[in-house]
Amino acid sequence: MSETKTPETEKDEPNIRIVEDATCTFCGCVCDDMELTVDLDANRITKAKNACVLGRAWFLQHGIEDHPQAMIDGREVPLEEAMDEAARILHEAKFPITYGLSDSPCEAQRVAVAINDLVRGNIDTTTSVCHGPSGIAFQGVGESTSTLGEVKNRADLVIYWGGNPAESHPRHFTRYTVTPKGRYIPNGKKDRYVVLIDVRKTPSAPVADQLIRVKPGRDFELLWALRALVRGRDIDPDIEKITGVSREVLDELVERMKNCNFGVLFFGMGLTMTRGRHFNSGALLALATDLNKYTHFVAKPVRGHGNVTGADNVVSWQTGYPFGVNFHRGYPRFNPGEYTTVDLLARGDADAALMIATDPASNFPKHAIEHLKKIPVISLDAKPTYTSRQARVAFMVATYGINTGGTVYRMDDVPITLRPAFDSPFPTDEEVLTGILTRLKKLRANGRKKAA
Amino acid sequence: MMLIPGRSSKQGTSLNAGKLKEEYQAVTSTIEMNESTMRKLGLSAGDRVRLSCATGKVEVECGKPRKDEDLPDGMIFIPYGPSSSELMESDTAGSGMPMSKQMMVDVECLGAK
Repeated sequence: MSETKTPETEKDEPNIRIVEDATCTFCGCVCDDMELTVDLDANRITKAKNACVLGRAWFLQHGIEDHPQAMIDGREVPLEEAMDEAARILHEAKFPITYGLSDSPCEAQRVAVAINDLVRGNIDTTTSVCHGPSGIAFQGVGESTSTLGEVKNRADLVIYWGGNPAESHPRHFTRYTVTPKGRYIPNGKKDRYVVLIDVRKTPSAPVADQLIRVKPGRDFELLWALRALVRGRDIDPDIEKITGVSREVLDELVERMKNCNFGVLFFGMGLTMTRGRHFNSGALLALATDLNKYTHFVAKPVRGHGNVTGADNVVSWQTGYPFGVNFHRGYPRFNPGEYTTVDLLARGDADAALMIATDPASNFPKHAIEHLKKIPVISLDAKPTYTSRQARVAFMVATYGINTGGTVYRMDDVPITLRPAFDSPFPTDEEVLTGILTRLKKLRANGRKKAA
Repeated sequence: MMLIPGRSSKQGTSLNAGKLKEEYQAVTSTIEMNESTMRKLGLSAGDRVRLSCATGKVEVECGKPRKDEDLPDGMIFIPYGPSSSELMESDTAGSGMPMSKQMMVDVECLGAK
């Protein structure tokens, strides 16, 4: 259990605790203005003031699971025995991989990197199947960036491309980008123009002043046409046939972008998971950079999990690369497509897997899942999952942000401290990983790892 | 037809209850199409449908029709989950990212539940 102190006030009821300024770690918004009512007798949160529909579900559904702390092959075992077995698996493997990390605090992520450095493993995060293509684009194109606070205080043009925050990040609009009043946006939404670009009319559409429907798979063509128009170049007269968007709509959008005071392009999985992938993200980042010739314009990916941005940061600090990092030669190498987890599993490269706060057995392509079934898997999660169900060694861990403290990064790279609400009988993932690391060091001291 | 997996509110809230729970499995096995497409395919809400592609096949339930202006003809929306993963190709074109949206699938109507 973390020793982070919780600011709390005891009410008249002895077994009720109010935790103020708690942080929700369900999505990348990482809202840190929660007021939690905790029933200490029942070990559960009964009310989450200020939380969105997803945040309420996150807080109210994470009580204490009736589940063993540790299991080997589905059999309950002492925690120490499970850590011994996990260390043995990783020590003996020729190509151990680690994946997940985006629902763990930075302190645990750091230990996971150390484990992979020691066993010459491969570490990757859920970024690779989220904004991994954007990570590739950042390296190729660069990033005109800002915090969400700057957006709140300054942005008068807000464009969402390929995302549906009303359902994936419900408070993105209300806390940061659309409705809040800012220093230079005194009237909130009245002072902003909001554009939504998507292939379908999502529940986010009512928030927008304008919905632009792009043909599926034509985002890159639309972005490139916008870049050309911003630079005063001519574009294909058949642009509407190609992209589904008329020249008039494009011209109007370009004028709006060039003449705003502070514009922002938020982009989601509609760009990274579709045809074009990193080229789509790169085109959008380049568009934002082009617009800085005329005004201030930034681009930000809308990140999914509570600490996926922390995973990018921690893995970058420690290895120089944000995801898909291989230590097999004794130093870090980065190569998406080679060292990213879907590829490693689908090719059958990995012979052991450490899965931290993730469930690839339910959300990876089936060929990758099939290989995962053939190798020993060690899982750490706060709830039973498809992955934990098939794991050789399964640890049930405390829920970060609810039972543990630590640090997470909001989607705009702002670090935020967690304030736990109640104790858990389960270990933290940092404790489990540290236990495995300690054992691995002893195993290494007793004999070098088998040569690959 | 084009299958677009994505996030939904219900997928997010049921995820918190637990992936092995019935609600999550039902939410992630229910597809949406627009009224015209459902009419063309002779489908009603609650009907069973088989989606298939070169990678795999999966049986799902047809949800309530969406308005034609909300979802284009020939497009299917499904909340992310085990059903959409079953159809996902593992090739990432050297990017690490499988093509997780805009998957082309065949649709076969299996009739009422």
